[in-house]
Amino acid sequence: MTVAAEKPLTAAIRSDGEVLGLREYEQTGGYQALKKALGEMTPQSVQEEVKKSGLRGRGGAGFPTGMKWSFVPVGPDAPRPRYVIANADEMEPGTFKDRYLMEGNPHQLIEGLILAGYAIQADVAFIFIRGEYKLAQERLAKAIAEAYAAGHLGKNILRSAFSLEMILHVSAGRYMCGEETGLLNALEGKRANPRSKPPFPPVAGVWGKPTIINNVETLVNVPHIIAKGFAWYQGLSRSRDPGTKIYGASGKVKRPGLWELPMGTPLGEILEEHAGGMRDGLKFRGVLPGGASTDFLVQEHLGVPMDFLEVQKAGSRLGTGTMIVLDDHTCPVGMVSNLIQFFAQESCGWCTPCWSGLNWAKQILAAMEEGRGKSGDLEKLQFQTKFLAPGNTFCALAPGAAEPLQSALKYFRDDFERHIREQRCPWRA
Amino acid sequence: MLTAEERQEIEAELAHYPTREAVCIDAMKIVQRHRGWVSDESIRDIAELLEMSAADLDGVATFYNLIFRKPVGRHVIMVCNSVSCWIMGYERIREHLTARLGIEFGETSPDGRFTLLPIVCLGACDHAPAMLVDNELHVDLDPERIDRVLEECK
Ligand SMILES: Cc1cc2nc3c(=O)[nH]c(=O)nc-3n(C[C@H](O)[C@H](O)[C@H](O)COP(=O)(O)O)c2cc1C
Ligand code: SF4
Ligand code: FES
Repeated sequence: MTVAAEKPLTAAIRSDGEVLGLREYEQTGGYQALKKALGEMTPQSVQEEVKKSGLRGRGGAGFPTGMKWSFVPVGPDAPRPRYVIANADEMEPGTFKDRYLMEGNPHQLIEGLILAGYAIQADVAFIFIRGEYKLAQERLAKAIAEAYAAGHLGKNILRSAFSLEMILHVSAGRYMCGEETGLLNALEGKRANPRSKPPFPPVAGVWGKPTIINNVETLVNVPHIIAKGFAWYQGLSRSRDPGTKIYGASGKVKRPGLWELPMGTPLGEILEEHAGGMRDGLKFRGVLPGGASTDFLVQEHLGVPMDFLEVQKAGSRLGTGTMIVLDDHTCPVGMVSNLIQFFAQESCGWCTPCWSGLNWAKQILAAMEEGRGKSGDLEKLQFQTKFLAPGNTFCALAPGAAEPLQSALKYFRDDFERHIREQRCPWRA
Repeated sequence: MLTAEERQEIEAELAHYPTREAVCIDAMKIVQRHRGWVSDESIRDIAELLEMSAADLDGVATFYNLIFRKPVGRHVIMVCNSVSCWIMGYERIREHLTARLGIEFGETSPDGRFTLLPIVCLGACDHAPAMLVDNELHVDLDPERIDRVLEECK
């Protein structure tokens, strides 16, 4: 297999940080999938190809992409306009893959989004991007203009019957905007509180119309699946979940960064071979495998293949696949305190278990760090994780917040107890 | 009152959306780009233009991190306080900045030069610690690098 075939999503991205323009993207095979889809494939067969590929969402939940698309009502009486949205909010702490994909190769996202739009016969596409991603915004805006000029967007794309407008929507910052129904409200100019489901967005989304929302990394897979076929796509993987995955690592490893690797590459292999292992003098203690809202994994899990099922079997979630590494010179209680502070701040306040539970947990953890921990604190924290669990709250922010907390209480219990016993944080001088 | 330029920019956005309300966050950002922040008066003006109530618009404004409802300094520094930056030395970066500027988070220096704010993960975790200065990303921060960035802010 050629190198380009092994890393379809990133092989073309330049290492000097410069962006791929339209010409360069086309030279790497860009917009061939769009030509193929509009020239030879029905929307239905594009959906079928993606369904057969087994592509699962890269935004955190892993929902099968082709199946999601198939929920959009079709036929002459189906409601219009229809919308397709790239979720480029990327505010999950420790996650930095979508920024890289957008800054390096904005046309790849645009092509994926047009193909998703074609598959559901959408009329309007939005790229919903967080306000802080200025360089990505500039590059996307330019790339969208280039795509219009080349006839890849607008009326009768590539002289076909399909038309699609694309709008870059720059958000104003709040974690809840990334939750898909919060995103819909944000796009409508409202506070990004989540909506009750059903109805689900593919049936009634933005402005009450059918809407598909996919993560940036999910969408950039689509042109490659359409160009090379589902069988090729499945062959890229080392596990039952197909394709490649952009894995990342931050924290005190030797070479923090991002790597596109076969789906199912083992956790320890990523940390050792790609991230270079721990910095000299430091030991590995644990890792949040897929961003802030996933359970810690520890030493015994280093052999776990990083795919949806295996990480789940190990007690965590693949999430965004960008790992945050905890070393033995960093306080696990301090780390969890930082995480819970984030979730408490970003809670929209709609549900009591989330808003008040997280604020309570935040205070207990902060006090523990400052040497004011009390006996019974761990039981209180444990109790809170039960209330934050799935089913008790309106959206997945609260269960996500519970994940690092409950797993830290399990794997780093001694460290919590020491804080209380010694009435100080042992990591602070 | 909104300037003709602000009004024009807001109206250009209206073409992209099926409702006037949908443009409200963009509208506040447009005003903020021109004036640095969004005053009560601007809230009333934008609300009127978009046919919303000022109270509803204010409710939206206060929800989002990047809309400033108070005046800010000529340069806005936003320091990432999320987990990877915390691991990589955020506390030291914060101490250096607060000592150098003589202000805490949420404050503006008396000469009106700097406003210091915390911000969530900037998606630069592999180059932590990170901060934004006037929306430009600065990474791999240490005190020397911060001093160099601050020197360039007039
Ligand atoms: C609080 C919260 C924040 C989220 N933030 C993002 C985000 O920034 N980007 C993203 O793609 N998905 C995010 N998600 C997941 C989305 O709700 C949704 O599942 C995803 O965009 C669907 O796309 P996919 O099927 O392609 O993964 C978030 C979920 C929650 C609960
Ligand atoms: S779980 Fe938290 S963030 Fe989600 S709706 Fe409830 S209060 Fe809001
Ligand atoms: S945690 Fe600071 S940039 Fe991600």
